[in-house]
Amino acid sequence: MKSKHFSNRMIMVVSFMLGLLWLMPFYLMVVNSLKTKKDIFTNTLGLPNPFTGSNYPDAMQQLDFIKSLVNSLLITLVSVVVIIIFSSMAAYALARTKRRISGIIFLVFAAAMLIPFQSVMIPLVSIFGKVHMLNRIGIVFMYLGFGSSLSIFLYHGSLKSIPVAMDEAARMDGCNRWQTFWYIIFPMLKPITVTVAILNSIWIWNDYLLPSLVINAPNTQTIPLKMFFFFGEYTKQWNLALAGLAISIIPIIIFYFFMQKQIMKGMTQGSVK
Amino acid sequence: MKDKRTWFWLFLAPVLISLFFVVVLPLLFGIYYSFTDWNGIFLTKFVGFKNYSAVFQNTSFLNALWFTVKFAIVSIIMENIIGLGLALLVTQKFKGNNFLRTIFFMPNLIGGLILGFIWQFIFVKAFAAIGGLIGIKAMESWLATPNTGFWGLVILMSWQYAGYIMVIYIAYLENVDRELIEAAEIDGANAWQRFYQITVPMIAPAFTVNLFLTLSNSFKLYDQNLSLTAGGPYNSTQMLAMDIYNTAFSQNNMALGQSKAVIFFLIVAIISLTQVYYSKKKEVDVG
Repeated sequence: MKSKHFSNRMIMVVSFMLGLLWLMPFYLMVVNSLKTKKDIFTNTLGLPNPFTGSNYPDAMQQLDFIKSLVNSLLITLVSVVVIIIFSSMAAYALARTKRRISGIIFLVFAAAMLIPFQSVMIPLVSIFGKVHMLNRIGIVFMYLGFGSSLSIFLYHGSLKSIPVAMDEAARMDGCNRWQTFWYIIFPMLKPITVTVAILNSIWIWNDYLLPSLVINAPNTQTIPLKMFFFFGEYTKQWNLALAGLAISIIPIIIFYFFMQKQIMKGMTQGSVK
Repeated sequence: MKDKRTWFWLFLAPVLISLFFVVVLPLLFGIYYSFTDWNGIFLTKFVGFKNYSAVFQNTSFLNALWFTVKFAIVSIIMENIIGLGLALLVTQKFKGNNFLRTIFFMPNLIGGLILGFIWQFIFVKAFAAIGGLIGIKAMESWLATPNTGFWGLVILMSWQYAGYIMVIYIAYLENVDRELIEAAEIDGANAWQRFYQITVPMIAPAFTVNLFLTLSNSFKLYDQNLSLTAGGPYNSTQMLAMDIYNTAFSQNNMALGQSKAVIFFLIVAIISLTQVYYSKKKEVDVG
């Protein structure tokens, strides 16, 4: 019994040491973001000497941080709302009709998930460029196209567990399809809506390649696009770059520590489907 | 009856329209372009399979394909071993195990681009400092050679993705019947026997899920590749997705780039279809 206690202790110690190892990159990023340029070169692993806070305001200014933050929030929020509205409606239509066409459409969405972005990226840019849709409206429309398949799957799975009797009761009381869905069914889908929102938010917030092709103008750039400001040039200003990276991570970490359970569950739920 | 059809199509219209213009149309156009001399604006003639034969003589594509395959094999093994290891650790009963799950999973919240930049600093500056400290010269020029670039990518992806894989293993591990393990313990089975004879068979479906997940993710990798090494030195660490991008948008060779993109689609689709086939077969075997 004593050896069991001992081995439990060992497991705990090893786990926490691995935890520290996992945090190491973040630690080095933060510590070095508080150093002068020279201090980073001569003293990479130690604590800041002298302690330098000025990298942060400088990096924020160079990133045009408030503007890119607003751009990122705007694109993410609008796209996620659009995806939630239209995917849940589509899933409802597919789940409540037993016609052959529903099965076929469902299969088309499944097939669409097999297609990697890079294989359609070149014609996509060409087509949307021709109709002058390489802008923010265009990108929301694209996120709906790329994000709806998985979201429909998740909604479809949940809808199957809501009895059709609910619909019928609402219809009996005089609701049409639109009212039945939005007033009766959609509120019952709240848990899966949270999952769909989390999955799509994290994807769109962090997405780089699509926005780099569609909204890469200075006044519409999102945070990931701005990061190249520090890395595109020949000489790297690590002090500013690290501060910039740290600021860009902070919003996500805050979000994560508030909703970690749901995020971990939601993100893996999406992948296993 | 007519009303029934109307609402059905109205509810589906927005996603069907967007899927058509964003995925279906570009895919069809893409396949069509790959058989022409399309240069992004004009298209004068069909060239048959000329682009495809050019792809298979294109050194940057062949290098990227080989690099991607190598990377996929090594990182699948690393990510799964580390992920399962972490899962086994944090499913033990001790204070703080939930907190550690949160830590190990955390990198997955952050975009690949930003993670790649952070690790560029770790490899270039911190590794050099550690190398100088303990006197290992080899640590001072990370990411400057093809080999260190390769391992740099493997380390970054293992660090990021092991926590993700861990969560999936945890979900299966928590379904393993504890009584069965306790019974085996009473019967005198040691820890390794209990793991190998009971836990492993019971989490077998998790292996399938995770192997395919890591495989298709390794093949589709782009952001981390771009920010960590940008394909360098001399395109030696360029993966398939980046090669497609560079062919089309840096070298402006649209038809060739699109032919690579079609081949890329086929590779990824085959991987995913194999997975579907496998999991369907398993279900039949069990049921």
